[in-house]
Amino acid sequence: MKDKISERISKDPEFVSLVRNKAGLIVPATLFFIVYYFALPVGAGWFPELMQKEVWGKVNVAYLFALSQFFMTWGLAFLYVWAAAGWDRQEHRLLRKFGADPKE
Amino acid sequence: MIAIVDQANTALWMFLAFVAATLVITFFSARQSKGASAYFAAGRRITGWQNGLAIAGDYMSAASFLGIAGMIAMNGYDGFLYSVGFLVAYLTVLFLVAEPLRNTGKYTMADVLAFRLSPKPVRAVASVSTLTVSLFYMIAQMVGAGVLVRQLIPGIPYEAAVIGVGVLMVVYVVFGGMLATTWVQIIKAVLLISGSLFLSYLVLQKFNFRLGEFFASLTAISSTGPSGETVTRNFLHPGLIFKNPWDQISLGMALLFGTAGLPHILIRFYTVPDAKTARVSVVWAMLIIGAFYIMTTFFGFGAASLLGPDYVRVNGGTNMAAPELARLLGGEVFFAFISAVAFATILAVVAGLTIGASTSFAHDFFVNVIHHGRESRPGEEVKVARITAFVVGAASMGVAILLGPSVNVAFLVGLAFAVAASANLPVMLASLFWKRFTTAGAVWGLGTGLVSSIGLILVSPDFMKDPIFPLKNPALLSIPLGLLATWLGTVLSKEQPSEERFVELTVRAQTGLGAEKATDH
Repeated sequence: MKDKISERISKDPEFVSLVRNKAGLIVPATLFFIVYYFALPVGAGWFPELMQKEVWGKVNVAYLFALSQFFMTWGLAFLYVWAAAGWDRQEHRLLRKFGADPKE
Repeated sequence: MIAIVDQANTALWMFLAFVAATLVITFFSARQSKGASAYFAAGRRITGWQNGLAIAGDYMSAASFLGIAGMIAMNGYDGFLYSVGFLVAYLTVLFLVAEPLRNTGKYTMADVLAFRLSPKPVRAVASVSTLTVSLFYMIAQMVGAGVLVRQLIPGIPYEAAVIGVGVLMVVYVVFGGMLATTWVQIIKAVLLISGSLFLSYLVLQKFNFRLGEFFASLTAISSTGPSGETVTRNFLHPGLIFKNPWDQISLGMALLFGTAGLPHILIRFYTVPDAKTARVSVVWAMLIIGAFYIMTTFFGFGAASLLGPDYVRVNGGTNMAAPELARLLGGEVFFAFISAVAFATILAVVAGLTIGASTSFAHDFFVNVIHHGRESRPGEEVKVARITAFVVGAASMGVAILLGPSVNVAFLVGLAFAVAASANLPVMLASLFWKRFTTAGAVWGLGTGLVSSIGLILVSPDFMKDPIFPLKNPALLSIPLGLLATWLGTVLSKEQPSEERFVELTVRAQTGLGAEKATDH
């Protein structure tokens, strides 16, 4: 019985669009943070002159780039939460359509 | 002499106050913990912000509090690179793991794998991987705890400190289960954040709250070089200690992909009512963990600037940089407070590791592998978990005492992350998103990730004078090996994966249909 619900849900256009919406954010965002993160050890290891350049008083590119990683992380997390609120609405519509209580 | 005794007493009283508070919590949790869901998952009734604090408390170990502060104090910027990796890793947790795991599993990571693969082999191998990761990590924490307590409260020997920590963690887990563990972690996170906030405040006060002045003080830090000469270095420059960038990249891979495969972190997502709360809790954890690691700027670099590397080296070494800074800026009482925070930090992490290991043994191995998924007597699963917690605690105490205080165990933490990244995460993701994935793929992937991580460590610079594998952390090679084995095991097996179960898993992972619900007390 439950299997049949899953089967039918999986074919529903709303489900297909939900999965596509999620992937549409998660895949590029994941690639982005991986590249952004590894740019830091790559920069620290192979571009020391660029990293040692002082930008604000004595604060250099290396420190600011490391600090920017924190804000990049928080920024992407909030972007995800914001997008996920939309996915939640889509999910509730979908489950209600198939007679499953989304609260359950 | 009298001053030393007094100072020891202040620290000791603060330790004891923390221990007393956590034991009261354990007592009340024990009265509430009825049934498996209550014991393993705190009844799935932990709220988002509570779980966020608990994740932070579960994750921020003594290695990150004392270790990173010390690394920055001794060699500057390179230590700060660790701070970054520990936070960014949570994007992997948030994007790929937390919600699908909460939707599809019950108590352990292996639940996700067993959903559509042949349950017995995958649970058995996943349980071995979980126990290995947890034990490595725990031994590192226990040795660290022994060394630390000995330094923080003079007069307490290494063995006594290890036994004390071991007994407490077993008491929390055996009697209080997940609920007590959660509250120990929450209290620890609050203490750690308050302690580091105040320490950062005191550092900035020294510089009249002028950030420019603070950073300017870091550009010329003098210390004694290897042959007795005075060296002056700019502590904001990268590369003062890490000479091989590939080491940093390998470590970064272990952190970035390993955090989302650490069993004691994953089981925290089963303690909340639903996937949405799991998501909210990761974001809370990220705010807390991020704030903490940004503050390592102030107390790490602050120790470099105000104490200096030479002072740190002769006053207890790297791990004592943060407590010594607290002593300089806030006096003996604040030193005692920071010491007690460090102690709480260790306890919360080892308690999380203990419940993670014992849950996996009881739920995956005992009930589902040996007893075919059924308890022979009601309550047996919880009983087995309690016995396992006791055994795991005793084993890690024994190993920590045998190794002794002088063994360098830092590599064990890196190894735990490497195994999690090379074995657990690839297999979990394949199981959630790859239709063609098979049981053989999971077993090969977990096995190869585990064996290659351990094997590479054994031929690395930590173990060999002329290392065969040049990097300290195996992740750079062991992750591709784990992925390759997962793929090969799948394409070479004749097993026809159940499409129906995959559809069910996908719908459940993406919508929460049929996910485990919160229980009443």
